[in-house]
Amino acid sequence: MTATDLKSYRPPVIELSEEGDELLEVAMGPHHPSTHGVFRMDVALDGERVVRLKPVFGYLHRNHEKIAETTSYLASMPYTDRLDYFCSLTNNWAYAIAVEKLAGMEVPERAQYIRVITAELTRIQNHASAIGFLLQEMGASGTPLMYAFREREKILDLFEALTGSRMMCNYMRFGGCRVELPKGWLEQVSKIVDGLPEFIDETEALLTGNEILMARTQGVGILKPDLAVNAGVTGPMLRATGVNYDIRKVDHYGIYDRFKFRVPLGDHGDIYDRYMIRILEMRESIEILKQAIKDIPAGPIMDPKSKIRGFRPKAGEAYGRIEAPKGELGFYLISDGSPNPYRYRVRPPSLINLTVLEDMCLGRNVADVVLIFGSVDIVLGEVDR
Amino acid sequence: MKSAEEILAAIKTALPEAGVELVPNPSPSAQHSLRLDPAHALAVASFLRNDPELALDYCSNATGVDWPGKEITEKVKVTKVVDGVETIVEETVKRVQAGYLEAVYHLYSMKHAHREIAGPVVLRMRTVNRTDQVELPSLTPVWRSAEFQEREIFDLFGIVFTGHPDLRRILMWDGFEDHPMRRDYVDPDDFEYEPTPHDEVLKRAEQHKANTGVTA
Repeated sequence: MTATDLKSYRPPVIELSEEGDELLEVAMGPHHPSTHGVFRMDVALDGERVVRLKPVFGYLHRNHEKIAETTSYLASMPYTDRLDYFCSLTNNWAYAIAVEKLAGMEVPERAQYIRVITAELTRIQNHASAIGFLLQEMGASGTPLMYAFREREKILDLFEALTGSRMMCNYMRFGGCRVELPKGWLEQVSKIVDGLPEFIDETEALLTGNEILMARTQGVGILKPDLAVNAGVTGPMLRATGVNYDIRKVDHYGIYDRFKFRVPLGDHGDIYDRYMIRILEMRESIEILKQAIKDIPAGPIMDPKSKIRGFRPKAGEAYGRIEAPKGELGFYLISDGSPNPYRYRVRPPSLINLTVLEDMCLGRNVADVVLIFGSVDIVLGEVDR
Repeated sequence: MKSAEEILAAIKTALPEAGVELVPNPSPSAQHSLRLDPAHALAVASFLRNDPELALDYCSNATGVDWPGKEITEKVKVTKVVDGVETIVEETVKRVQAGYLEAVYHLYSMKHAHREIAGPVVLRMRTVNRTDQVELPSLTPVWRSAEFQEREIFDLFGIVFTGHPDLRRILMWDGFEDHPMRRDYVDPDDFEYEPTPHDEVLKRAEQHKANTGVTA
């Protein structure tokens, strides 16, 4: 290990324009309209140019991990909803996968299909809103976000019909799912999925070739693939740099090896690529949904051997992960044979994707910082835990 | 990806002095881990990343675990002189097993992502104790994804990572003193903020007021 190794992965130092110029230090946030919650960036500016940017975390810190260690395995399931509150169902799945690995449980076919359907619906509504928020930050007040929220409402209604809650779903259990699908639910899903391509076409017609969007996003916030891999960036942000890494394809968790879908990849790693990847991923999710709705079998939705009350996995540890809409969401659990986890760790994609925020922003204008930050797509409930 | 045993063998051929040992995992997940000697951890880590066969270029997760010291009661047979005769007497001896802090890293390979389905490669390092010798080498020079995560371990567990480029608290505020994820962490005594203290909390609040001289 040499010093150059370290240097190559550190943010470069930006030269100041004139000697003796004073830097303007600005605290963007914690209450800034563009910070997606309570998040602060300490920015040093040379004129309009960013020369230093340090993210400050912890305004929403509640020590979720400590709380989970003082309660039973099952009692943490509703708490995972609050991590990334846009995607409670994928959070549930990641936690369930970790516990199933720890205790060696099997999940019945039907439950696997239900998990895929809910997760892909979650991905679509997350990407739609991410694009809406990105445009909001670009100054397109309201319209794109409201179009995205119109579709999101339909999906949230489906979640409410299935789980009783729109955002805090608390739906999955170790070894299956909590309740059977309501009557006519799959037909409803199928109807909404059939309408989704029209929404994406409409969004694309408005945005993809839009001159302002291209001028603001192309070549802005470029992330190089080797840095992205080294910094542990995952999800659409990683694939926008051209690295082919989708955990659905790598781990084949659940039943993802049964579906035909492609992994869209970017070329430049700029904001525009991140936008495009999200659009294309929504289209692939629609394909997965169509296949899943067609193939879903009848049968039980819970592993009959699974124990809901008095659940005590044997001593040991497990790391389980899934491809959440924002990147790799992992749970690391250590059991000492007691009803509570000895160690419970969440690997949050939002926090780790922010590692490269400074690298992407250096040398850009302040107005671009807002866009670059928006293109990372984070939720503070998951960053601070 | 290769199994933990194969990776251990590869490390032993490349770096014979590195002192890596296998820590078996009895759970059904069978994710065995490799325990690194802190003195050679950085060399082993850069070998794992740079070796073209392994190419573990992606450090997914880094976290801490607290293992406090335990008091172990043992029965030991001791020879003693009782009434002038040597006899073997059973005595209970209490022994304190020292606690330690542990840093755990989960690695994957993005270069060889589609080669085989396998679990993560798990690395662990232990500190000497939990109080004054809590330094471990930082692996951020090898995988930058550990940068914020090691800051979090430092913040919540109190492991000091030597060689980390920017080791500050990340989730708690700068003036905070303790490490909240430790097993023996006790909430600070600030019950004056309790809006309507009652029962046990009221007693502690009064005690706190008496101790600190706060009257409000």
